[in-house]
Amino acid sequence: MTATAQTIATPAVTERRQSGRWLTALLLAPSAVWFFVLLILPLAVVLVYSVGVRAPAGGYQAAFTLDNYLNLPARWAAFKNTLTLAPLGTLICLLAGYPLAYFLAVKSSARWRVMLLILVIVPFWTSFLIRTYAWIFILGGRGIPALLDAMGMGDVRLINTPFSVMCGIVYAYLPLMVFPIYVSLEKLDKRLLEASEDLGAGPFATFRQITLPLSAPGIITGCMLVFILLMGEYLIPQMLGGGKVFFIGNALVDLFLQSLNWPYGSAVAMALVIIMLVTVSLYLRATAATGGRRDASLI
Amino acid sequence: MDRKEFIEQLRRYHKGSISRRHFLGVTGLGTATAVLAASVPHLMTGRRAYAAGELGDQVNLTTWPDYHEPKNFEKFTAETGVKVNITVFGSNEEMFAKLKAGGTGWDVLVPTNYTIETYVSEDMFEPLDAAMLPNYAPQSYTDPRFTEPGTVGGKLYAVHKDWGTTGYVINSAKVTDKPTSWKEFWDLTNSKYQGRTMVHDYQLTTIGNALKYFGYSFNSNDEKELADAEKLLLDSKPNLFAINSDYKPSLINGDAYMSVCWTGDGKQLQKTDPAFQYILGKEGGEIWADFYAVPKGAPHRAAAYALIDFLLEPKVNADEVLFHGYPVADKRVIDLLPKEIIEDPILYPAAELLAPLEFGAAATLTNPARAEIMARFKSA
Repeated sequence: MTATAQTIATPAVTERRQSGRWLTALLLAPSAVWFFVLLILPLAVVLVYSVGVRAPAGGYQAAFTLDNYLNLPARWAAFKNTLTLAPLGTLICLLAGYPLAYFLAVKSSARWRVMLLILVIVPFWTSFLIRTYAWIFILGGRGIPALLDAMGMGDVRLINTPFSVMCGIVYAYLPLMVFPIYVSLEKLDKRLLEASEDLGAGPFATFRQITLPLSAPGIITGCMLVFILLMGEYLIPQMLGGGKVFFIGNALVDLFLQSLNWPYGSAVAMALVIIMLVTVSLYLRATAATGGRRDASLI
Repeated sequence: MDRKEFIEQLRRYHKGSISRRHFLGVTGLGTATAVLAASVPHLMTGRRAYAAGELGDQVNLTTWPDYHEPKNFEKFTAETGVKVNITVFGSNEEMFAKLKAGGTGWDVLVPTNYTIETYVSEDMFEPLDAAMLPNYAPQSYTDPRFTEPGTVGGKLYAVHKDWGTTGYVINSAKVTDKPTSWKEFWDLTNSKYQGRTMVHDYQLTTIGNALKYFGYSFNSNDEKELADAEKLLLDSKPNLFAINSDYKPSLINGDAYMSVCWTGDGKQLQKTDPAFQYILGKEGGEIWADFYAVPKGAPHRAAAYALIDFLLEPKVNADEVLFHGYPVADKRVIDLLPKEIIEDPILYPAAELLAPLEFGAAATLTNPARAEIMARFKSA
């Protein structure tokens, strides 16, 4: 607020503004405290730990060294796995989720739509752990491989491979992709499609020039949701990768719980945070530029 | 006596118009109690009686998978009103790390021999009060090596649960080579049975048995020997089915043919399918003992003692052995076991197979080189 504005404003208006500011502060306080105590403080602890050394019996001992960061290449495989499988998983989720969201929002009749949406949610009613366990049996020796073997495809191994991890990822994360896209497609003004058709555009041109750009916010949100969560994934590689397909999340659990090397684990965690910040901001900038919309927000 | 009459007698007893003895005699409850006591003697003797509410309503036990007869816990709950909550782990390192990080709420845990010294030096265990464990009888143990690690600096910190060996299991329907050594275990993994072998997600046994390939000590912390073991592990990794301490499901499911394996799991697998054979590598490997201990600050301390004492009771412990398939060193329990268990070569192997085995050394638990090798192996 400028000095001029203040001189013009009547005491009543100033008072109202004053109380409005208090209200804003009051409403924001819980989330501010939440963020400070559960995000900023722990992050500061991780940062301090990451320049320390491992205590003789494991744990943290105060020190100042950059050795933990210099040693990061020793976890190169975990970084590589995460940085290839997370974007790939996001892409597959998008390719599988978009047509589904499109069908739900545009093609399905209003009578069935709610029913179909509920069907997308139904898997969440069962524990995620149990659903992932089910995949172990589907992809294990007595599941699909046995079927393929009976069909004469020979010795096919599916479980504990990047493929099985990818199955688990797409299965688990698909709804997170479908819903934001569904929401943006549902809001789509159908008159724009008619106008496009009237102006002589074919179905593909209409999709490319109207539907796709207008559903971009949903795509961006869906991709962000899936990608960010995937970068920290631990359970799916653990259960469907058999300890052979290793994400950074798994490396972190190992460093903290098995090796008791908290400082090195903190350095790996910091590296993950930095990688996330860089990739996510690059991604947002790229999509903002091509999509022409700067209000691409998370949900 | 019908219900109405019983209630009348009960009222009279409450009001004090008849004596307790008269009430018990008239209702027949006295006789019933006496008969019950005679037919279930262990309910009445050899065990401390607990006052109502003394133990609380729950106790948290931290242990290993498939390591207790579930019916025993039901019995414990029925007798004491204390519910047993169970957490299982895949390695001692992980158990140690969780407890060190604090805030676990654990009351009883089951550490392995080589870890106890470190727990005690880190001030994480409370010295046990033997008077609260009437079923603990040090004089009845067959071999001091299975009980000694529980005593540190002259103080009792942990009592013997059972012991065992770490060998490997093969599905002989698939693996027809009759291997007898760790060398063959790794060579078969890297040649004929690629993608069919599992190793533990546990530095002690995985690194230890890779060391045995070269004939080094299971406990070696020598830099060059560990480097050899790491190379073998990294070279073998693409040929492994999985790195997981929960290997039974994959073996039963037919995905894996061989796995590093503990005694009781070998026994349980053989019960499921006789094609599973348990093998002790002739170069040696691990012999170990597990214990019950109470962490400092256990929230349900009284219940912790009650649970340990209950599980040490010979009859209960014998049922445990029949379930988990690990041998015990308590003579009172061995006397209760059927002959085929005592003569079972998986549980009680021949002396010449036991001779080269080594107990895990405390230094391996906290050795940063071992921890880092295991972590590099897993993230490779």
